[in-house]
Amino acid sequence: MSSYIMYILVIILLCISYFKDKKKTKMALKKAWKSFENILPQFIGVIILVGILLSIFNAELISKIIGKESGWLGVIFSAIVGAITLIPGFVAFPTAAMLLNNGAGYMQIGAFVSTLMMVGVVTAPVEMKYFGKRLTIMRNVLSFLFSFVVAYIIGKVVGGI
Amino acid sequence: MTLLKKYRFSLMTVVILTILFLINREMGIRAIRVTGYSFEEMISVIPPVFILLGLLDVWVPKETMMKYMGETSGVKGIVLSIILGSAAAGPLYGAFPIAAVFMKKGVKFSNVLIFIGAWSTTKIPMFLFELSSLGTRFAITRLLVDIPGIILISYILCSLVNRAEVRRIYENAESM
Repeated sequence: MSSYIMYILVIILLCISYFKDKKKTKMALKKAWKSFENILPQFIGVIILVGILLSIFNAELISKIIGKESGWLGVIFSAIVGAITLIPGFVAFPTAAMLLNNGAGYMQIGAFVSTLMMVGVVTAPVEMKYFGKRLTIMRNVLSFLFSFVVAYIIGKVVGGI
Repeated sequence: MTLLKKYRFSLMTVVILTILFLINREMGIRAIRVTGYSFEEMISVIPPVFILLGLLDVWVPKETMMKYMGETSGVKGIVLSIILGSAAAGPLYGAFPIAAVFMKKGVKFSNVLIFIGAWSTTKIPMFLFELSSLGTRFAITRLLVDIPGIILISYILCSLVNRAEVRRIYENAESM
């Protein structure tokens, strides 16, 4: 849905741009292609890697390990799973809801959702291309640690522990 | 040769995928299906992002970006970075090319990092989705914790890198 909005927006902007200045529009498209081509090899690699990881870590395996009683160990485990997998939001949220219904704890799901969004182990090669190795590692580590704060607060506020 | 070097990482993943397929057919098929699905997502999200980038690069003058999000932009720059990151759609890897253009346009480094943080966690389309599947309490709690969190992370990161490293990252963005 949201990608349709992006397409419509971009098409409108392109039309306005073309109407105002053909040469500049052409240059914009050229730049767009150049930066896309630059990052394409990393994209392809990352996407295949995600496919491999998701085929290994499926929903049943995950829900077995992160039950309500799993405590901080479960939180750590869900944070790690969230960090290494890259599931699109419209799959992740229903999956998280399903895991909750199957006995996963709020704190564990909080950690999972948080690292899933903020930490990207498999996308790190792409990130490194732009930000370098050191900053990429630091950003991911900090986000990983921060996810425990998020998990704790969600556990307290939503799970009532 | 350079092409081979460029696609080294992708080729490696293809090899792993093939091995997985040979070891466990069922898992291999599942992996291929997920990969196909992700490709579909990438194709639907990435082209508008890059075209938007090209347009931004060509039409928005550096001075404008610097004024609103540059070194002296203060709170205004922070708020704008959060709004721009939150309004986005698509996975996190879509944010990096945009961050590169921001750097080209002289956006302050902490604001670039806040933008990345906002894109990763406070995206509005995702928030609505989270709201409906995990409930209001969960989604709002997470949002309220995340906004100060991404600002904090951005400032910690800024204090951990030195000027030379930031300059190198900006120079690299120039060549992307």
